[in-house]
Amino acid sequence: MASFFLSQIQGLDRLTSDEVLVAQNVFFALIALVMIFAALRMVTTENIVHAALYLVIVLAGAAGMFILLGAEFVAVTQILVYIGAIIVLFLFGIMLTKGSFGTEEGEFRERNQMAVLVGVLIVAVTSGSFIDSFRDAELSREAPSTTAEIGDTIFGQFIIPFEAISVLLLAALIGSVVIARRDL
Amino acid sequence: MTIFNLAIELAYWQQTIIRSVLGLVAVLLPAGTLVYLYLFKMMSFMQSRLGPMEAGPYGSLQLLAEVGKFLQKEDLFPKAADRVVFKAAPFVVLASTFLLVLVLPAGPDAWFINIDTGVFLALAVSSISVIGILMAGWGSASKYSLIGGLRAAGQLVAYELPLVLAVMGVVIQAGTLNVQEIVFAQANGEIFGWGGIGNPFIITQFLGFMIFLVAIQAELTQPPFDMPVAESEIVTGYLTEYTGMRFLLFFIGEFATAGIFSALAATFFLGGWYIPGLDPTDNLFNLIGPLVLVGKMLLVSFLIFWFRFTYPRFREDQLQQLAWKVLVPLSLVNIVATGILKVAF
Repeated sequence: MASFFLSQIQGLDRLTSDEVLVAQNVFFALIALVMIFAALRMVTTENIVHAALYLVIVLAGAAGMFILLGAEFVAVTQILVYIGAIIVLFLFGIMLTKGSFGTEEGEFRERNQMAVLVGVLIVAVTSGSFIDSFRDAELSREAPSTTAEIGDTIFGQFIIPFEAISVLLLAALIGSVVIARRDL
Repeated sequence: MTIFNLAIELAYWQQTIIRSVLGLVAVLLPAGTLVYLYLFKMMSFMQSRLGPMEAGPYGSLQLLAEVGKFLQKEDLFPKAADRVVFKAAPFVVLASTFLLVLVLPAGPDAWFINIDTGVFLALAVSSISVIGILMAGWGSASKYSLIGGLRAAGQLVAYELPLVLAVMGVVIQAGTLNVQEIVFAQANGEIFGWGGIGNPFIITQFLGFMIFLVAIQAELTQPPFDMPVAESEIVTGYLTEYTGMRFLLFFIGEFATAGIFSALAATFFLGGWYIPGLDPTDNLFNLIGPLVLVGKMLLVSFLIFWFRFTYPRFREDQLQQLAWKVLVPLSLVNIVATGILKVAF
């Protein structure tokens, strides 16, 4: 059994397009299972800090998926932005405002039905649009765009949207400071 | 890894095993060296005492004695602690350290991973430790731990920005995010047409180097930036409730990260594993490269520990002001100046 997997892994560089990437699929399945479990626990757990920590596992899994697809830049961005910044802000906010330890029973019960509705709608709309746009498309096995190419594209072709987003974020930043500091 | 190809050709999985073992060595060895050399001995000499002298000749086995002591201690949990989060926290911090060591090259072929996003990856994974510290602070269910955890997280988030921005000058000058190619850019560089010592970026990026040093000092929560573990105010912050093995893991994590950050600073600013006068693609560097890198790492970490033993603790507001009002604007100026000069020359 082990020698079978080893021969598969060593044979990866000789793959032709109709062969299946065994190692990649095995890791995809493993990561996907962990992600599904963590996502379910995240919405069912009673403890809000645990929910944030389960979200870390889901986001790390997404980063792993990007690495499996060879998109290392997106994977690293996922870690830097979502795990390193957004989750830290979540935890920070929870710990600064709650100040209590342990579970909060049934705090979010009353909004359950609404959440289920929104969740089903999001899944339906996104999966529908994805299936519709990429129905017969096949991803190429060639190396996806490199970091340098991404940089060239952002600062060449998409420079106007990029600058627009920067200005928007700056405005949001200043706005939050103005709202928080009423004495200004 | 050519260093092992000298005698035999190795399969991918064999190389992976060797890289994993060497990764473990690359984390633990600098941690032990820094603790013995600087924390035990240098600090003692600076304070006119001898430091540990009993275990082994010149106290050289003191580390083993310390580890033995920690391993014997009981694994205690506070009554109200969230056990799973409390147990997992030190491992999250250590995971960040182990991921960080991956981007370090120690020779032309002696690397763990050689990817185009190396610098970016290093800065991304170093931010994972914040989650571990917040987990420790919250999971301990003690007010000292919570305050310490929040202080640490605020400090780490604040100093991540100057850390990233300081490296940007190097990235602009080298024209790549690949750590290995940054080393080659310095080895093959020329100072106004003179290539005698290459072009270590500390010459052109001295401001960046200083900002990077201050930022890693704060990232490591070492004095004068040690408010998160300020013993006179909040016992030891997020470490208060930890004993034995788990405390040891945090301790190893802190000093291993000190070593790795120093090695990163040496790689970005001092030429990494390269020493002038030799061809950077020479196979010899696969053997002496790691030693050169350790030497340069000891040099940089000497500075870090020197500051640590010299300066008293800042106040919390002074710390935030230094980050946001001094270091961030300075590093932005550095980036703009580097960009202009890069285009001009």
